[in-house]
Amino acid sequence: MNVKDLQGLVSRGKMSRRDFLAQASALGLTLSAAGTLADQALAATPKKGGRLRAGLAEGGTTDSLDPATYTDIYMISVGFGTHNSITEIGPDNQLTGDIAESWEATPDAKTWTFKLRKGIEFSNGKTLTPQDVIASLNHHRGEDSKSAAKANVDPIKDLRADGDDVVVMELHGSNADFPYLLADYHLLVMPEVDGKADWQNYVGTGAYVLQDFEPGVRTFLTRNPNYWKEGRGNFDEVELLVIADVAARQSALTSGEVDVMSRADRKTVHLLGRTPGIEIEEQTGFLHYTAPMITTRAPFDNNDLRLALKYAVDREQLMSTILRGHGTLANDHPIAPSVPFAATDIPQRQYDTDKAKFHLKKAGYDSIQLDLSAADAAFAGAVDAAVLMKEQMAPAGIDITVVREPNDGYWSNVWMKKPWSMCYWGGRPTCDWMFSTAYAEGANWNDTFWSNERFNKLLMEGRSELDASRRGEIYGEMQRIIHDDGGVIVWGFANYLSARSEKVTHGPDVASNWELDGGRYVERWWMA
Amino acid sequence: MAAALKLLRQAPLTAKFGLLVIVTYIVVAMFAPAIAPYGETEVVGAEYEESSPEFLLGTDNLGRDMLTRLVYGARNTVGIAFVTTCLAFLVGGILGLLASTLGGWVDQGLGRIVDVLMAIPQLIFALMILTIVGTSVTSLVLVIALLDSTRVFRLARAVSMNIVVMEYVEAAKLRGEGLWWIIRHEILPNIMPPLVAEFGLRFCFVFLFISALSFLGLGIQPPTADWGSMVRDNATLITYGITTPLLPAGAIALLTVGVNFVVDWFLHKTSGLKE
Amino acid sequence: MAQILKMVGQRLLLGLLTLFVVSLIIFLGVELLPGDLAQAILGQAATPETVAAFRKELRLDLPAYERYFEWLGGMVQGDFGRSLANQREISELLGSRLENTLFLAGLAAVISVPLALTLGILAALYRNTLYDRTVNVVTLTSISFPEFFVAYILILFLAIQAGVFPSISNIGPDIGFWERVYRTMLPALTLTLVVVAHMMRMTRAAIINLLASPYIEMARLKGLSPSRIIVHHALPNALAPIINVVVLNIAYLIVGVVVVEVVFVYPGLGQLLVDSVSKRDLPVVQACSLVFAMTFILLNLLADVLSIVTNPRLLHPR
Repeated sequence: MNVKDLQGLVSRGKMSRRDFLAQASALGLTLSAAGTLADQALAATPKKGGRLRAGLAEGGTTDSLDPATYTDIYMISVGFGTHNSITEIGPDNQLTGDIAESWEATPDAKTWTFKLRKGIEFSNGKTLTPQDVIASLNHHRGEDSKSAAKANVDPIKDLRADGDDVVVMELHGSNADFPYLLADYHLLVMPEVDGKADWQNYVGTGAYVLQDFEPGVRTFLTRNPNYWKEGRGNFDEVELLVIADVAARQSALTSGEVDVMSRADRKTVHLLGRTPGIEIEEQTGFLHYTAPMITTRAPFDNNDLRLALKYAVDREQLMSTILRGHGTLANDHPIAPSVPFAATDIPQRQYDTDKAKFHLKKAGYDSIQLDLSAADAAFAGAVDAAVLMKEQMAPAGIDITVVREPNDGYWSNVWMKKPWSMCYWGGRPTCDWMFSTAYAEGANWNDTFWSNERFNKLLMEGRSELDASRRGEIYGEMQRIIHDDGGVIVWGFANYLSARSEKVTHGPDVASNWELDGGRYVERWWMA
Repeated sequence: MAAALKLLRQAPLTAKFGLLVIVTYIVVAMFAPAIAPYGETEVVGAEYEESSPEFLLGTDNLGRDMLTRLVYGARNTVGIAFVTTCLAFLVGGILGLLASTLGGWVDQGLGRIVDVLMAIPQLIFALMILTIVGTSVTSLVLVIALLDSTRVFRLARAVSMNIVVMEYVEAAKLRGEGLWWIIRHEILPNIMPPLVAEFGLRFCFVFLFISALSFLGLGIQPPTADWGSMVRDNATLITYGITTPLLPAGAIALLTVGVNFVVDWFLHKTSGLKE
Repeated sequence: MAQILKMVGQRLLLGLLTLFVVSLIIFLGVELLPGDLAQAILGQAATPETVAAFRKELRLDLPAYERYFEWLGGMVQGDFGRSLANQREISELLGSRLENTLFLAGLAAVISVPLALTLGILAALYRNTLYDRTVNVVTLTSISFPEFFVAYILILFLAIQAGVFPSISNIGPDIGFWERVYRTMLPALTLTLVVVAHMMRMTRAAIINLLASPYIEMARLKGLSPSRIIVHHALPNALAPIINVVVLNIAYLIVGVVVVEVVFVYPGLGQLLVDSVSKRDLPVVQACSLVFAMTFILLNLLADVLSIVTNPRLLHPR
């Protein structure tokens, strides 16, 4: 029997992935190669049927169905389970259309034309029109918008329909990466009622129909029988449970109460992975952990001091202790290796207390005492990370006091308020998006209040540049500027760690723009 | 001194065991830096190392020596719990006694305030206050002491109510003895047993309360070692049958059992039962 | 009897006053908490404009006292209002959760109270024996473990290894009574372990406390068996403190079980309250706190009435 035969068995459901791996490695294949082959075989055969039960973190009794208020995986699962967006980051991390079939821009990248797929229906039978798309975007725009995605739609100056299936978007300025912004999980397409997007009735064009929503407890979805995407929306029923406590989540998966769980515990994920019948899903996404300093305040206004701190961080130790190896080292800029134009040629900054001392001296200090604010609201392990940094920086003459802040109100009272704090960034799939969100002068979430003239100029240039090699140069230089002058220590990109039972499976690729296949597992995965 | 030793010799085995535990904990707490093999916050190895000659009890989630953390934990945890409980009994006890002996509007006023404080769920109340004033050891001690003192108040008041109406208290009042004299000589000795019994349990509830707070993200500040947070930090391991989190939990349990054995002995002595 | 009714009336009036003060304190407390609903919901994604728009929509920009009186006005007419976060009717939200909370507390009480009393009476009867010591050590150890830890241990043994009970209490809307008991069993057992020690020790102490009284001596001299003395002579007189501690623990089972609810994903009131506090959803916080306060006041009253009814001397004062 050769590998092809085995693959055939797998794709016809006659052999499990685990058995295939055993057989294939007996034939001399490496485990990862065999895994890929097994997945390819499985990929060919999305199966309809079954009930998916997911145990998810980060849902609360205060959750609202309004897409403007979504913040994390729970509501993202509900949203993407029942709705579509305009564009979509595919399983291969490439941008494709969701309800948009195609799009094109004028040469200055200022006017964008989106052509909608024909014949899409909402689950209540209404046919999708450009007006629905416009109302859905307007839900996040305007003076009185309370949307978390306001920044995504802010570049839009004007929206208009052109015929039955075209939406034209006029931007304030050039933006070569604009279509990426429309893949955001807040920007779900909702039906228009009286000129407004109707989220209250929660009718979407998506793979499932909402049956029951009890905030903070459970959500129940059933399959949309006439879903328009081939091979998607495979489960008969989907039950999404909120399980906030990580130990409870892992127990529920182990004892078979749920089939998929989000956010595995890094401390024990190796033990979870050893449990028979459980597969760990691990993707390096754009998620990164940072320690922003407010660069307009002393002593952080001194770049030598900032450099001293950057050299006094032992990233390797943080990676092995806090992330327990589930991540990639970062180099004091926010662009993950998988993002187009990532400057992987910048030498990795090493832990070097001599260089730290040198820069500290240059900044005018022999030793210095600093407060570092942390809470686990910033990311799981943020307080531990702060404690480790304290130990790492001590030999360089930097004496840190770790201030443990309450989780409650961390983002409103500590982050961007206290001079030096711990922070996470979900990251963005493009350089421009990331930079204009958190590094451009005057950006809402410029958490270091950093402004660099050259950097801001390059940002504008990059937006209107459509030539790829020139854009590579521009974004490379910008990453270098942040690396050398920015007010932020970026120490690591964290992998998304989730887990599934072998009863549930997915195609060969899994998107890494968010946890669990970019949050679209409900639509994409199926029962093995 | 000799009388005390005699008393000790006569104590039942359980009470001796309890005393031994308490004395050991006090010694460990006082001489923590001398006993602990490493520094309190020092990262000395890899994370979750197994027990070895170098690290007798292995290492914790950051690679700090578990034994060291436990030893320092004794100092912080027992110290904080002791101070908190004493404060609660001082405030609650005194106010409870005043309420019962003075009666009238003092009793009414204090009673109503305590009613209100008790009607608000403890954990939520603590959560709110700690979020407002920030989590520090001082605020933690004060908040828990305040909440516990309401329970002590009710107990002290209820028990001393029964004593206040006794003839010998009336007699002392008629003799013209002052308020403090009556409280000290007539009431306090008679209400000690239930108060001491309560002390034994309250003392242990403080650990648990701190631990519950750290479950909700408001415990003692790291890197300070305390047993409640240590259980929390390592708790997920228990699901896989790894016993590391049992160490701090066991340390709390041992002390609870020890303290309550001594309390039982005291209760037995004061109950007047001869057997 | 008339006296009891009068006391109940007085206490209920005082209870109303207490509720009012509690609502004021909670309101002030939530006002003082850093941040508000808009910031809490938007989290890291908040900008000054979106926060301002959010506030305006929810009328959070009105002065605090206006919002309080508006809320109080609704409350007096029996209107709990709507959740600020998701605009759901609070009475609706509260109803099913309160039912769940009471169900869990009831189940835990049904298991733990008889257990604690039996263990306590036996411990008093066989005081200072091996049995007494063992029961003491076991119960003391069980209350020394934080609740979430007890929960994890039970999950490990009963859900993962033995597979007897489900590790999460997924109680959907349409399950039968026994199915519900089955799915609520692990949290109920956890709570049992948490409260049994306190009640058992108080039962034992209260009975032993009476054993030196003259009338017990008398009974002993008459040659009654120790078990008869304890059950028929000591227990009735020790009921008041026992009832008190039992009621206090039942109040705890209703009010203080947030952590257990979180671990077992049990949709009770405690989790709703904690979630709402962290999101600053004031009307929900108020409603939950008042329900809890009311529970506490009523149970306290019940304890006092029961102590009087079970104690002839208090029932017929000289």
